Amino acid sequence: MAGTTTAATPLLKDELDIVIPTIRNLDFLEMWRPFFEPYHLIIVQDGDPSKVIKVPDGFDYELYNRNDINRIMGPRSSCISFKDSACRCFGYMVSKKKYIFTIDDDCFVAKDPSGKQINALEQHIKNLLCPSTPFFFNTLYDPFREGADFVRGYPFSLREGVPTAVSHGLWLNIPDYDAPTQLVKPLERNQRYVDMVLTIPKGTLFPMCGMNLAFDRELIGPAMYFGLMGDGQPIGRYDDMWAGWCVKVICDHLGLGVKTGLPYIWHSKASNPFVNLRKEYKGIFWQEEIIPFFQAAVLPKDCTTVQKCYIELSKQVKDKLGKVDPYFDKLADAMVTWIEAWDELNPAGASDQLPNGKA
Amino acid sequence: MSHSIKDDEVDIVIAALHSDLTSLLNEWRPVFSRFHIIIVMDPDLKEDLEIPEGFNVDVFTKSDIDRVVGSSSTIFSGYSCRYFGFLVSRKKYIVSIDDDCMPAKDNQGFIVDIVAQHIANLTTPATPFFFNTLYDPFRKGADFVRGYPFSLRTGVTCALSCGLWLNLADYDAPTQALKGGQRNSRYVDAVLTVPARAMMPVSGINIAFNRELVGPALFPAFRLAKEGKLRWETVEDIWSGMCAKVICDHLGLGVKSGLPYVWRTERGNAIDSLKKEWEGVKLMEEVVPFFESVRFNRASVKAEDCVVEMAKQVKEQLGQSDPVFTRAADAMVEWVRLWKAVGTSSAVPEG
Repeated sequence: MAGTTTAATPLLKDELDIVIPTIRNLDFLEMWRPFFEPYHLIIVQDGDPSKVIKVPDGFDYELYNRNDINRIMGPRSSCISFKDSACRCFGYMVSKKKYIFTIDDDCFVAKDPSGKQINALEQHIKNLLCPSTPFFFNTLYDPFREGADFVRGYPFSLREGVPTAVSHGLWLNIPDYDAPTQLVKPLERNQRYVDMVLTIPKGTLFPMCGMNLAFDRELIGPAMYFGLMGDGQPIGRYDDMWAGWCVKVICDHLGLGVKTGLPYIWHSKASNPFVNLRKEYKGIFWQEEIIPFFQAAVLPKDCTTVQKCYIELSKQVKDKLGKVDPYFDKLADAMVTWIEAWDELNPAGASDQLPNGKA
Repeated sequence: MSHSIKDDEVDIVIAALHSDLTSLLNEWRPVFSRFHIIIVMDPDLKEDLEIPEGFNVDVFTKSDIDRVVGSSSTIFSGYSCRYFGFLVSRKKYIVSIDDDCMPAKDNQGFIVDIVAQHIANLTTPATPFFFNTLYDPFRKGADFVRGYPFSLRTGVTCALSCGLWLNLADYDAPTQALKGGQRNSRYVDAVLTVPARAMMPVSGINIAFNRELVGPALFPAFRLAKEGKLRWETVEDIWSGMCAKVICDHLGLGVKSGLPYVWRTERGNAIDSLKKEWEGVKLMEEVVPFFESVRFNRASVKAEDCVVEMAKQVKEQLGQSDPVFTRAADAMVEWVRLWKAVGTSSAVPEG
C-alpha cells in the first residue's frame, strides 16, 4: 500500500501499562524490547512466591507475587485465581493507567506478509484510539483504517461511531483451540494473516482470548475480572472467555465498542491437550447454559457505570447459573468481591461515570 | 471441505448497462465459460449487445421482459434489470456481478475464481449466532476457537454470499467525491458470517445466493426519484439486501461477507453525481430504526411470506415519511406475485 500522510500513532507511554502473568520466566521480553521498553510493566507472578522471577534489565516494572496479592487485598484476595494466568487481572486492578495491554509469556513478535515485524502494541493503540461501529456492520471492516471508509448505504448518523473499550488481537502459529480440537488437529497452525480489524456487532458474543488483549481501563476495567480458575477450582481456561462475555454484555449496554482482528502475535507454545481437556471438561458442558444466559442478559437502565452493571450481572449469575453448579454461586460472590476490591484500590472519580446506557 | 456441486446448478447473471461486453466476458472466460450465463439488457439501452463467442449464454432484452412479465408494474430498468435474470433462472445458485467488474488477483497473484469462492461460501455452514474470532471456521486451516459453544458448531445454511471490490470500492457519492484518489488495495483474506440481528449494507455489485431459499427476498423495489446508471446513484440493492438480511435472520439462514473480490473498474465522476438531488442518504437514516424493529410471524417460514409481511410493515411504518417507501412496499408485494407466477414455473422462458 502507498504511504500515507496520517499522523504517527502516539506512544501513550505514560498512559498504558503492560500486564504480564508469569510462572516461569520473562525471557520472551527480549524479543519485545524495541516495542515494550518505553512502557511500565506490571508483572503478576503466579505460583510459588519464593521463586525469583528475573526481569530483563532496562525494563521499568512492578512485580507482585502471591504474598503481595494477599497483603494488598487482604481477605478479598480470595477472588484472585492461583496457579492460573487468570491472576493477571490483579494487575489491571493495581494499575493507575488509562490503558492496559496484556500478553502471555509464550507470545512473540510476529511478522506481517511483507516480512516486517509487527508492533502489536502500536496497532492496539490505533484500535483503541479510533471509534468502533457496533450498530451497523461495515463490509469494508474498520472504516477508520487508512485506505478504508464506510461503504455506500452506511447511515451517516452512525458514522461517528462509539468509543472503543477493547482491542482483541489474534495469533499466528499455534491457534487458540479448545482441547478436543487440539486433539483432533494437533498439527494445525494458523498461517493466515487476515489484514483486518472489525467491530463485533452489538448483541453478538465472542470468545475473548487474553493472550493478546488491550483495553481502556477507564471505560471497562472493572468488568475485566478473569474469574475463579486454577487451584481449588473445578474449571480452567475459561477465565478470559468469562471476562469477555461480561465485558461484551456491558459494552453493548453502555454503548461501547469491542474490536477484534489485528494485531497478530506469534504464539509459540502449544499447551498439553490432555491437561487442557481436564481443565475445560466441565466448561464444555456448562457453556451450553452460560451462553444462553449471556445472550439473554438484560441490564436495567439505571446501571450507568461499569461497576453497577457488573454487580447486577453477578446477581443474575447467582440467580440463573447457580442452579447449574455451586461454582457459579462462588463465582458470583467473587465478582462482587472483585468490584469491592477494585473500588477500594481505585477510589471512584468522575471518570467512572458514563452517560445512561442503552438497554 | 469439498463443495461438489455440479456446474449446472449455477447461473451467472449479469445486467448489461453497457452494450459492449466483449472485454468483460473475455476477461472472465476462464472462470465463467463452464457455466450458463444470463445476460439481461437494461431496457433503456439503445445499442445492440456485443458479446464474444464460446459462452453458454441467454440474452434477455426489453421485449423479452415485457413478454414474460406482461403488465406487471415492476420496473426492471438500470441495475434492476438483473432481477429479471434472477426471476427466470432455474438454477439453485446465482452469482451476479455488475458489468464493470473484472477478475481480481489475490495476494499470491492468482486470478480470483469468484464462482468457486461464492459457491464455497454458500455450501459451507454459516455461524450467525456466535462470532468466531478466526472468522469462517470451515475454511481450510481454520476452525472454531476455544470458547465457541459446541452446540453452535454445526451452523446454519448460508443463503447469501456478499463479495467485495478492489480498486473502486462501493462508496457513496460524497465519500468517493471527498476521497477522489482513494482506491481499495487491501485484500483481506477472510470470509465471515455477519451475525444475526446485525444490519449491513448488502452491495449488489458482487453477490451470490441460494435462489431456492432467498430468491424472493432480493427484489427491485426501492427506486430513488433520480436513480441513475452509476451505483452511487442508487440504493435499490442496499434496501433489498437489508430486507434479505432480516429475512435470513428470521428464517435461521446465514449471510457471509468477505471473499471473493472483484476488480471494479473506473467509471463516472462522483462529484457529478453529487449535483443530482441525493435523497438516498436521507432515506437510509429513516430505515435503521425500522429494520431494528421488524418482526415476523412464526408462521412465515418461506422467504416470499416474509417479503409480504415486511411490505406491510414498510407501508405502515415508513409510508408516511416518504412515498418512495409506499412504492417500495407495493413493489415488494408485486415481486412476490411475479415470483410465484414466473419464478417458480418449470418452463424456462426463451431468451
